[in-house]
Amino acid sequence: MEDDILQGFLEESWENLNQLDSDIVAFEKDTENDDLLASVFRTIHTIKGTCGFIGLTRIGAVSHATENVLGKMRDRSIERTSDAISLVLEGIDGIKELMQGLEATGEEPSIDHKELINKLEQVAEGKDASQFIGKSAGQETKATASAGGQAESQVAVATGIDTSSLMTESGEVDFDELDKAINEAAARHREKLAEQKKEEKQEAASSNSATGTGGKQTESAPAKKAAPVEADAHPSKKKTAADLSIRVNVNVLDSLMNLVGELVLARNQLIQLSRDDEESRYSAPISHLNRVTSDLQEGVMKTRMQPIGNAWSKLPRLVRDLARITEKQIELEMDGADTELDRTVLDAIKDPLTHMVRNSADHGIETTAERIAAGKPEKGTIHLNAYHEGGHVIICIEDDGAGINAERVLNKAIANGLVSEADAANLSDYDIHQFIFHPGLSTAEKVSSVSGRGVGMDVVRTEIERIGGTVDLLSKEGQGTTVRIKIPLTLAIVSALVVQAGDQSFAIPQLGVVELVRLAADQASRIERIHDKQVFRLRDRLLPLVKLTEVLQIESSNDENSDINIVVVQVGEEQFGLVVDEVFDTEEIVVKPVGLLLKDLAIYQGTTILGDGRVIMILDVTGIASDFSALNSSNGNRDLHADDEKNALRENTSLLVFDAGNETTMAVPLALVSRLEEFPRDKIEESSNGPIIQYRDSLLPLQSISGNFDSSLTTPQPVIVFSDGQKSMGLMVDGINDVVDEHLSIQVQSNRPGVLGTAVINGKATEVIDTQYYVERTDPEWFQNRVTSHLRVLIVNSSNFFRQMLITSLRAEKFQTQDAASASDALNLLENDHNFDAIIIDYDNSDDDPEDLTQWIHSQKQTSAIPVIGLCSRITPPIQQRADEAGCSTLLEKLNISVLSSEIQNLCNQREWNQGVSA
Amino acid sequence: MIASSQETEQYVSFWVDGQLLGVPVGVVQEVLNTQDISRTPRSKPEIAGLLNLRGQIVTAVDLRMSLGLPPLDDEKSSMNVVLRFRGESFSLLVDEVGDVFDVPKEDVLPVPRTLDAHWLKVTTGVVRQEDRLFIILDVASVIGVPAS
Repeated sequence: MEDDILQGFLEESWENLNQLDSDIVAFEKDTENDDLLASVFRTIHTIKGTCGFIGLTRIGAVSHATENVLGKMRDRSIERTSDAISLVLEGIDGIKELMQGLEATGEEPSIDHKELINKLEQVAEGKDASQFIGKSAGQETKATASAGGQAESQVAVATGIDTSSLMTESGEVDFDELDKAINEAAARHREKLAEQKKEEKQEAASSNSATGTGGKQTESAPAKKAAPVEADAHPSKKKTAADLSIRVNVNVLDSLMNLVGELVLARNQLIQLSRDDEESRYSAPISHLNRVTSDLQEGVMKTRMQPIGNAWSKLPRLVRDLARITEKQIELEMDGADTELDRTVLDAIKDPLTHMVRNSADHGIETTAERIAAGKPEKGTIHLNAYHEGGHVIICIEDDGAGINAERVLNKAIANGLVSEADAANLSDYDIHQFIFHPGLSTAEKVSSVSGRGVGMDVVRTEIERIGGTVDLLSKEGQGTTVRIKIPLTLAIVSALVVQAGDQSFAIPQLGVVELVRLAADQASRIERIHDKQVFRLRDRLLPLVKLTEVLQIESSNDENSDINIVVVQVGEEQFGLVVDEVFDTEEIVVKPVGLLLKDLAIYQGTTILGDGRVIMILDVTGIASDFSALNSSNGNRDLHADDEKNALRENTSLLVFDAGNETTMAVPLALVSRLEEFPRDKIEESSNGPIIQYRDSLLPLQSISGNFDSSLTTPQPVIVFSDGQKSMGLMVDGINDVVDEHLSIQVQSNRPGVLGTAVINGKATEVIDTQYYVERTDPEWFQNRVTSHLRVLIVNSSNFFRQMLITSLRAEKFQTQDAASASDALNLLENDHNFDAIIIDYDNSDDDPEDLTQWIHSQKQTSAIPVIGLCSRITPPIQQRADEAGCSTLLEKLNISVLSSEIQNLCNQREWNQGVSA
Repeated sequence: MIASSQETEQYVSFWVDGQLLGVPVGVVQEVLNTQDISRTPRSKPEIAGLLNLRGQIVTAVDLRMSLGLPPLDDEKSSMNVVLRFRGESFSLLVDEVGDVFDVPKEDVLPVPRTLDAHWLKVTTGVVRQEDRLFIILDVASVIGVPAS
């Protein structure tokens, strides 16, 4: 037999068979879908036909028997039962088994499928399929188990002969532009094929009627058959997509890609040469070459992109089989199957994905009985979702199963010495769940044939991280597990800004760049310093600055006479300015993964080759941001910092620390500060109400923190400005020291007016001032003489300081406030007074049971409609989940007053609107 | 040198600071003259940077740095021994590239424990040749990547 014919047959058949599994499972759910059935029938029929053609008798026989059953189903001469469908799947497994043998040895293996063929024939004759299913259950289990084992070994090492190797070694390529001649040839070939098919159809039809002698269905069968045959006679119409693609070995694409890379480099050299001589008669052809090369490069890139659905095609079958073995009901939902990924990335995630879906089906989803007992829908759901986000592809695998038992994981982790018992007490469920990714930590109580061998999630994580991705796991016991995979679109072309730091160039992906600011050298004074940190005031906003040369620890090529280039970048909600030595152009770059030796450096997300052939690093602004903040916090006391880490999830506040004279340091929450200013002292005037200055076309009343103001000094007077949008006041201080991001605990409450209490900041006792006091002292009518909103807000927070701060800032925003120091206080209050428009609950302090309070509020008739706003220092998936489940309308980070205020407004408007609608 | 007919292995040899070193010929992809190398700030000191080998990015490891030797004189420039290892390409920066040797396995002697720590870490064997020692390097540790 000719090798390439056989090879072609195998390639085509594997692809068809893999698609077949999904189609049949889909058909099982929608047994009235004649199109699906017809497509399944056609696939098997094609395999059978080709087998006859190249003399593969065994595969031919099994396909023939399987096709018969499908044919009868199509004609509705037998019922489309789940058992009959299972038997068809068995038939397909038989075909696959034979094909695997064929692929390995080049010969059809001598596996006996007589029993299977016999069963298929009997079902085709109209016998009840269920009697065969019982007997063959063992066989089915075996087949799936071995498939499972196989996938497992693929995760570990992708070697050996593997059924999918042919699949993954080929890609589909569009070739619309292929010339007419080939199209004609293809058309001729199609005609031939159609003829051949027709002949076989007749042959099949005759054998159908030959075997179908027993049932009374035979009389009606030929009459009904007419229609499907008719439909089959024009298969070419439906196959247009297939006609437009050819099968190409991926190695060919890879070498094509490398060649294009070389071509690009050669092109770039030519361009550089021609640049020197603009009059050259080469310049026109070179610019043409330039365009064509770019198009070619893009085109070759595209050939490597494949929809993620290709990696999913086997999953419906996998889930179906697992559901049958484990006697569960599982629904697999898939969204975003057309999300495109580079082929190499796709290959790398295939096995981890399979593994995780298998985990969800086997361990995640409970048995039907357990689900009913837990009050859940009988049918468990596994939801796959893929989408693009930023320069990444996100894949979520979500199930509504039993979730992860944190206690069991923790015990196992302690037993394996991953964590000490003492430390274990401080771990959140979220932290505990992360142990799942440690090697050898399978919590399955019994090892099943499908999963639970303890080589699971650690391999998954290793595989994902190998391609530069991350895995995040979130689980709630009794409610399900979500795994979120974030992978880069490697090899995708991204637009990047090329900048210089020192004598080197670096690329910053455009996606993260908000704007560019260039300051002439004489404007350098617009860059201010708070303590040792540089900030730049960009349209009323203070933008922290980071020097790229400092991040990279290299020498800057600029001096103080150079212009200053600021690249404003966005990381999450935050923006910061990256100061670079020079900004060049934007360029389309090809992202290549970072090599093994450099992948631990978070400040890089990839490498690329520029047009001129230089290799440069692609900066990861997220990595730079965390690198920068790590640098900052390491300035402080080490031990204190370690404590902060622990408490980071509790209460972290940005505080502005200032010098209050008399060698005392004071602090004020940054959230309350509107601006920082420095005024020339001679501009400050005395009025009957104290010092005052002309500022932005109005008068700004000033107060001195130390009580005395020395106008004789020539240094500018630092002033902290507080404002509520209409009115402002300035607090004169001796100096602005620092902004610290600190865990804040008020150690000593103060009775002294103007001071909330004393806190330890950077190891020093620091008084935290009560801004309300100073504001009222400047203008006693600040809060009274103006339109206050009718909105009433209840603040529940056990920290005296935060409560006070919220009261101050919300009053400044014109809300009426009421406060409670604990959940029980709040309960008492609400029982008598439920006239609130919003309730703000602290979600950091779980001792206070914020969820219980939230649920209680929703359960009470009078208060159920009041929106609840959760506050926390940092929104993490677990907190978000807690808040969502308890019924918070929204969860916000501490402490952005303007966001909080507008959120309260929104929620109240919404509520009024809802009430309007319901009334 | 005497090449025994059985059990020999071939090594690509190169000079670093007057010492002859070598790696198995099987891992060597090619040998290149001086290349432009882009530095990678914040990486380990022995990583010289990245170079572009016909569209492929190669991580260059400065052998002088990993062996604790002074940098090469400014007038001279390093040559590249490009290795293929764990699916990636690496380049060893060496002073000069030497011959390819056939070394009988029995001639490879164990590494003397007294060797400098930098060297001990990356050496798998020593071969005594007429008037000099030929040191065989362990590819994984000289690159600084675990073998698996």
